[in-house]
Amino acid sequence: MTIDSPHLAETSAPSKFPSASASGTPVPPGSVGYVAPELIRFDEPLQLTSGQVLPQYELAVETYGELNAERNNAVLICHALNASHHVAGMAADNPRDVGWWDNMVGPGKAVDTDRFFVIGINNIGSCFGSTGPASINPATGKPWGAAFPVLTVEDWVRAQARVADYFGIDCFAAVMGGSLGGMQALSWSITCPERVRHCVVIASTPRLSAQNIGFNEVARRAIISDPDFHGGDYYEHGVVPAHGLAVARMIGHITYLSDEVMAERFGRQQRAADTNGEFRYGYDVEFEVESYLRYQGEKFSKYFDANTYLLITRALDYFDPSRNYGGDLARALQPAQADFLLVSFTTDWRFSPERSREIVRALLKNKTPVTYAEIDAPHGHDAFLLDDLRYHAVVQGYFDRVAASLGLPQRKRTTGVLA
Amino acid sequence: MNQIAAKPPAHVRADLRRIADWIEPGSRVLDLGCGDGTLLAHLQNNKQCVGAGVELSDQQVIACVRRGVRVIQQNLEEGLALFDDHQFDTVVLSRTLQSMHNTERILREMARVAKYGIVSFPNFGYWPHGWSILRGRMPVTGEMPYQWYDTPNIHLCTLRDFEDLAASLGLRITDMATFKGDNEIKILPGWRSTLAVYRFESGR
Repeated sequence: MTIDSPHLAETSAPSKFPSASASGTPVPPGSVGYVAPELIRFDEPLQLTSGQVLPQYELAVETYGELNAERNNAVLICHALNASHHVAGMAADNPRDVGWWDNMVGPGKAVDTDRFFVIGINNIGSCFGSTGPASINPATGKPWGAAFPVLTVEDWVRAQARVADYFGIDCFAAVMGGSLGGMQALSWSITCPERVRHCVVIASTPRLSAQNIGFNEVARRAIISDPDFHGGDYYEHGVVPAHGLAVARMIGHITYLSDEVMAERFGRQQRAADTNGEFRYGYDVEFEVESYLRYQGEKFSKYFDANTYLLITRALDYFDPSRNYGGDLARALQPAQADFLLVSFTTDWRFSPERSREIVRALLKNKTPVTYAEIDAPHGHDAFLLDDLRYHAVVQGYFDRVAASLGLPQRKRTTGVLA
Repeated sequence: MNQIAAKPPAHVRADLRRIADWIEPGSRVLDLGCGDGTLLAHLQNNKQCVGAGVELSDQQVIACVRRGVRVIQQNLEEGLALFDDHQFDTVVLSRTLQSMHNTERILREMARVAKYGIVSFPNFGYWPHGWSILRGRMPVTGEMPYQWYDTPNIHLCTLRDFEDLAASLGLRITDMATFKGDNEIKILPGWRSTLAVYRFESGR
């Protein structure tokens, strides 16, 4: 759903990490430092929304900060389409691999790991260490491929709840996510209401629109119609549907950016124009924006699994907590006991502010405490990952109140975007 | 989220103190154009009210979040579509009415979402304003410190003007208070006060 961490590194990191060499890279202030995931195995079968059962699974998990004795300072960060458990810090084996929400999470940052114990979980079905379509199916000894069950946001929440059990966390101080991660946070507040004190939903939506599903479907068709897809069982053919996956990523990427940002960054600038700035009158890259999208697509297709892309876009399509309540979102949100913070961005046309306002309206109707910030940022959907002072100030202010209400210590320092 | 140290009431402006007096303890309050959340924080901390604010400015929204006041960021000119009928006991519109484009609409919306409404606005009938006009100048005074060309105050009125509008919208005025600075003005308020505060009951 979002720009991947290498892309984030392109936009914001170079100034912060000028000399990122393979070893001995200094830890910048506000970073949680070097981190490595823990692989947690669950042998209790997971009953899925589809009716299928996942007999056992592993989840890749990273944590930052320390769980206090009362176990009331835990914050769960839910990831979006192409992100992972690697929320913050630098990967132990590659310091250039900076967590996807590193500007938000760290000592002295908005989600302050001096005080909060933050958990990032790679969802099942993903491809960064947790059980997914590329994992070995114990029943066959071969990769799951097309046989991997279709998952829903609710299935992810159920699996995440077991991670909370594993750490002995009865109730999260906050569950937080952007985009698809925001859907998971919302789902947590409904399905495990007594386990969520604060629910932070950023740049999200209570359900996809027909247009959103349309974009997802184009992406899926690009993958499925790639001759190397082999019905989803491409692993045993030793190939990946890289072309289809790259096209899927290209179309996704367009929806993450606003028209303004694309105009500003690329405009109609030509790439390698002919002499005197002439067009080349062909179908190879002619404009900068094409070059950029192709580069993003190719890069993505090298590290992301195509079946995971199908699975996660489908989970997005299915999400609609109001479905069982005749479309009445307020009724769907009735069980929620959390305090809510919602944030949207004015130029986000993928999940526009109106989608967040729908959630706000439903919460207000239920007399559920809610704060809503609508940030006038130019960056489109991607804004939730970027360094916007107002956005970060709202989140920091909110988390400082969460800390105060739990009797956690005062903030010791301010680092990162707001420093 | 109510642990913020309550400001001593003396630091709250006289008009806000009066507004707070008119609000029942423990009631649900919506503050339109809530600024940095001073009134709501006061009501939450001292009267156990459940409050929500509406504010457009980023900086004010951040200030509200920091002091634990629940706030919805939106432009009041867009109406109160986020709020259901009768969702609140009291809705407050403090020092904002005069700068709204659609004065009648916001008053109707207030009557829709809450049983009681409270509005405050600068009194255009304050006598030095008349003096200023006699001298050929638009008035520029403490409550209305702007020049004619840069003022956000596009719908100025006198006490009687407001009372007429309230009557035409079916709003029954239950209380009123008038101030000049921090002092309440009880004698000849139509001429001598700079700020008026009205409480009304919606016509239902």
